[in-house]
Amino acid sequence: MSTQPAVTLAVDDGIAVLTFDLPGESVNKFSPAVIEEFSAHIGRIEKDLTIRGAVLISGKAGNFIAGADIDQFLAFKVAADAARASAFGHAMFQRIEKGRVPVVVAVDGACLGGGLEFALACAYRIAADSPKTVFALPEVKLGLIPGAGGTQRLPKRVGLQAALDMILTGKNVRAKKAVQIGLVDEMVHPSILRQIAIQRAKELAAGTIARQRDSRHHGAKELFLDDNPIGRAVVFRKTREMTASKSGGHYPALAAAIEAVAAGYSANSEEHGYAEEARLFGEMAMTPVCRELMFLFYATTALKKDGGVPAGVKALAVSRIAVLGTGFMGAGIAAISVMQGVPVRFKDTAADRVAKGVAAVREVIRDGLIKRRITRQQFDDQVGLVSGTVEYTGFGRVPLVIEAVFEDLAVKQAVLRETEQVLSPTAIFASNTSTIPIASIAATSARPERVIGMHFFSPVHKMPLLEVIVTPRTAPEVTATVAEYGRRIGKTVIIVNDAPGFFVNRILAPYVNEAGKLLDEGIAVDAIDRAMTGFGFPVGPINLIDEVGLDIAGKSGAIMAEAFGGRMQPSEALQKVLSAGRLGRKGKQGFYAYDADGKREGVDESVYALFTGGAKRREMPKEEIQRRLSLAMVNEAARCLEEGIVRSARDADIGAVFGIGFPPFRGGPFRHADAIGVAEIVKQLDSLDAVHPGRFVAAAILREMATAGRTFYPRSGRPV
Amino acid sequence: MPIYEPGRRVAIIAGVRTPFAKAGTALRGLSAIELGKIAVSELVHRTDLDPAALDLLTFGTVLPSVLAPNIAREIALMPLLPKRVDAWSVSRACASANQAITDAADQIALGHAQIAIAGGAESLSNVPILHSRGFSDALVAASKAKTLTQRVQAFAGIRAKDFIPITPAIAEPTTGESMGQSAEKMAKLNGVTREEQDALAYASHINAHAGTTDGRLTAEIVPVTLPPRFESAMTSDNGVRSDTTLAALAALKPVFDRRYGTVTAGNASPLTDGGAAVLLMREDVAKSLGYQPKAYIRSYAYAALDPGEQLLQAPVLAAPVALKRAGLTLKDIDLIEMHEAFAAQVLSNLRGFESQYWAERAGFSAPVGEVDRSRLNVMGGSISLGHPFGATGARVTTTLVNELARRGGQFGLMTVCAAGGLGFSMVVERA
Repeated sequence: MSTQPAVTLAVDDGIAVLTFDLPGESVNKFSPAVIEEFSAHIGRIEKDLTIRGAVLISGKAGNFIAGADIDQFLAFKVAADAARASAFGHAMFQRIEKGRVPVVVAVDGACLGGGLEFALACAYRIAADSPKTVFALPEVKLGLIPGAGGTQRLPKRVGLQAALDMILTGKNVRAKKAVQIGLVDEMVHPSILRQIAIQRAKELAAGTIARQRDSRHHGAKELFLDDNPIGRAVVFRKTREMTASKSGGHYPALAAAIEAVAAGYSANSEEHGYAEEARLFGEMAMTPVCRELMFLFYATTALKKDGGVPAGVKALAVSRIAVLGTGFMGAGIAAISVMQGVPVRFKDTAADRVAKGVAAVREVIRDGLIKRRITRQQFDDQVGLVSGTVEYTGFGRVPLVIEAVFEDLAVKQAVLRETEQVLSPTAIFASNTSTIPIASIAATSARPERVIGMHFFSPVHKMPLLEVIVTPRTAPEVTATVAEYGRRIGKTVIIVNDAPGFFVNRILAPYVNEAGKLLDEGIAVDAIDRAMTGFGFPVGPINLIDEVGLDIAGKSGAIMAEAFGGRMQPSEALQKVLSAGRLGRKGKQGFYAYDADGKREGVDESVYALFTGGAKRREMPKEEIQRRLSLAMVNEAARCLEEGIVRSARDADIGAVFGIGFPPFRGGPFRHADAIGVAEIVKQLDSLDAVHPGRFVAAAILREMATAGRTFYPRSGRPV
Repeated sequence: MPIYEPGRRVAIIAGVRTPFAKAGTALRGLSAIELGKIAVSELVHRTDLDPAALDLLTFGTVLPSVLAPNIAREIALMPLLPKRVDAWSVSRACASANQAITDAADQIALGHAQIAIAGGAESLSNVPILHSRGFSDALVAASKAKTLTQRVQAFAGIRAKDFIPITPAIAEPTTGESMGQSAEKMAKLNGVTREEQDALAYASHINAHAGTTDGRLTAEIVPVTLPPRFESAMTSDNGVRSDTTLAALAALKPVFDRRYGTVTAGNASPLTDGGAAVLLMREDVAKSLGYQPKAYIRSYAYAALDPGEQLLQAPVLAAPVALKRAGLTLKDIDLIEMHEAFAAQVLSNLRGFESQYWAERAGFSAPVGEVDRSRLNVMGGSISLGHPFGATGARVTTTLVNELARRGGQFGLMTVCAAGGLGFSMVVERA
């Protein structure tokens, strides 16, 4: 612990300026020590009668307060510990809110969680007019609720609906919007922020402006809903219903947050609302959901700092890229690149294909224009960074080429050879294949050390994961460059070794296959999908096949079966549906029926005629379906770890959650295994293996760990 | 004598243009600035230019946007280029891109810059439409008014005719003569027949069609994805008619003098949208960066005459000066690109080259000489390809240096006539 103070106090002309500047950190965070410091300063301000007003400002330009240091949450043993911490925060912010001296908060940069709760307790809020200034209460993203008065004070400032929206989504509110909804009192240029804050503190002290002004807009919608008890009852009922249906009951913090907000309205005493907030905060802090979401936060943070290459290996600068293949994937990759200001040379074989690709890029970027994240000028600029071509011109200075051509080894090899003719010797060739081993593609390369895999997931602009696949010959500098580029374009990057299916599709294969086997055994399509969405997957496995396309699923299935034999042998049902010519959503016919616009309607009952057992489906408890499918995935993930395909349990869990949508509240296959117990997992696998020989042979690593009583993650403290 | 020092000559590295489209057709949804950006962006990509090395960008346009008049700066501000790239716009009617190129070349020759992009763009589908003087006055008065009454009064004097908008005419402000009328007059003064004009227009289409089908022209073009849906690409010029015949051309009615005229829509250049740009570098810089220039600028000259006389005849005064500055005569020239505003103008210019009278007007004792027509506009010209005013100069430059290199010739001559009685000529030397 540093002895340098995090908060300094300077008094001038009766105004105390509190400057928060956590030493040795890029952002300001609340920890018990920081709270202690604040508490002492507030004590002095209250006692010193020469002080008329106060200003809270960050010493870090463009960074206000990022919230609480979540390390302190790890120390909570029981709900009461967390509830006590919350109550302590309440007491401090009460002093600020109700104290003799009015406090003005000057916000330049992110004002999140506890930072926003602090700001809400202040008498007057000023935001710097900067894109970096955002306000949010992201606690629900960690399975928590705001615990320092956020659920009580925010509705008073912005009204019930806007408050619930912020609390339940954790979304960022920009400065301009914050002014509109009454969250802050005014917005000024960053260079005069401090000066105006001091001026306002003097005015508050003199009583020429009021503390905690109601500056929000009270229109018809607000008068009917937010501003009267009947309207609020309607809002609460609707919100509870919507939250329950959206979260599938997997995220208790959402319901708890609504209850905490409701408590603020329900009782006559103000204390009741705060007491409820503290109680519910304590309860949430002890939930497995909170534990796993915190794990994911730690895991992704740790991953960002871990380049996956030996220390000292530097990433090359990527000033521009080329994308080969202007289909859906290529367009997605091009779009997220130009959105980060990287010029893209976009090549395909015919001008019209290029045009369609550029049109697809425009569509992706337009989304930001419609949602007003970007201006028309920014839209034009970004689109202007895509330059289409049907020739290999403009490749001479390109440091990174990503190919997204047809998924066929011969085609990819040919493209690699052609491209190498025009590239500089240091240029990197990355393949966006989903299943073809990178070493096979690199086999014909003149520079195999510059060849690597970049497995993006579809749709590229929405899916957060990037799997970087290295072969034994890939140069570390190449890995570092590609991983760095992936992070630059907003992806969570895991580095995996080259093998069929890499990591994500490798663990997906037996999972999807097991769903197929259930069809062979006479289980209904929707029963399987319902069981797995109930488990927490965003879509069921059969639905997923329809989305991916049966042709692609079939192709990848064949590659996996060839590589791994028996346990990946495709199910009869999948084969039959594929050979019946059903392609899934894109063909508007698969396991499900689709209307003319491609909207999914329900199970296409005619599909059962293709299966053994026909339309007569039998029941199976959903727990059994969940067990078989989830264990198939966990077991395969264990094999990948054993074989060194994936570097760590951490990377594997991140890959499964961000690549496949493995339920985040379960943390990932290995967090799930730890929660259930590795020995229990092995026991269940063994009993499944007895009934379905070949597919559930427990991975050696699981058996060893079960015997040794080991876990994948530490049992306490920081998970990674 | 060359005006550029040996070893530090100005090299033309490459040129790129958009397809040229008749105004109101395929490219109507794109502004001149957008067309310019497309050409410049592709030029940067195609030449593998490191944008950080670019010093300046000059661009020509004839009808600039009222809202963004400095087209060069707007183009230079595209995110592909560093913000510190200096940029200015020039206006010299149909020779605007030539002015942009010689401006940039002069900066390079002076040592003020090493690498420059020069070009031009025009969208004749997007000409500014102006309010009448009366209506403009009323609007200005209303904007200054302090009370509602004053505001209403400002419009009190408006008459019906004030509501008629004004579109820019392609006419000489000093003489009131339209470009077509001038061409018609030149045909009569120089004894150019309808048959000669139609034959020249026919050759323009045939040559342009050949250049398009064998890929020599399309190689200079960047495909443009077309608004509003951006799902198809335009890869070649849409004014070139492979199916035209002398008979079809002969059937067209004269436009500017219906009784005794010879200038028709078929033997004149059409209103066109398009953009074009060339990359220029100092010779030693190009070498050190590993570029193989197409050609070097050997000399150039501008000239002017009374627009009321023969509006488009000034190239006849410019060409002998450019040749003299290059230390060459017409016999040394392997290839000629002459901007075709009208077939009547091209034929008048060619007659001028052979004329003692025009030689003396230019200050020479002997005429330039007779042009070998097989070396003239071998890939078509503005009549067939189209003529986006601001862009044509860069299109002509690109085609001249590419074809000169392809044919293995040594020297190329270009001329461009321009409104206001202006003329331009340049001599390039193959690298």
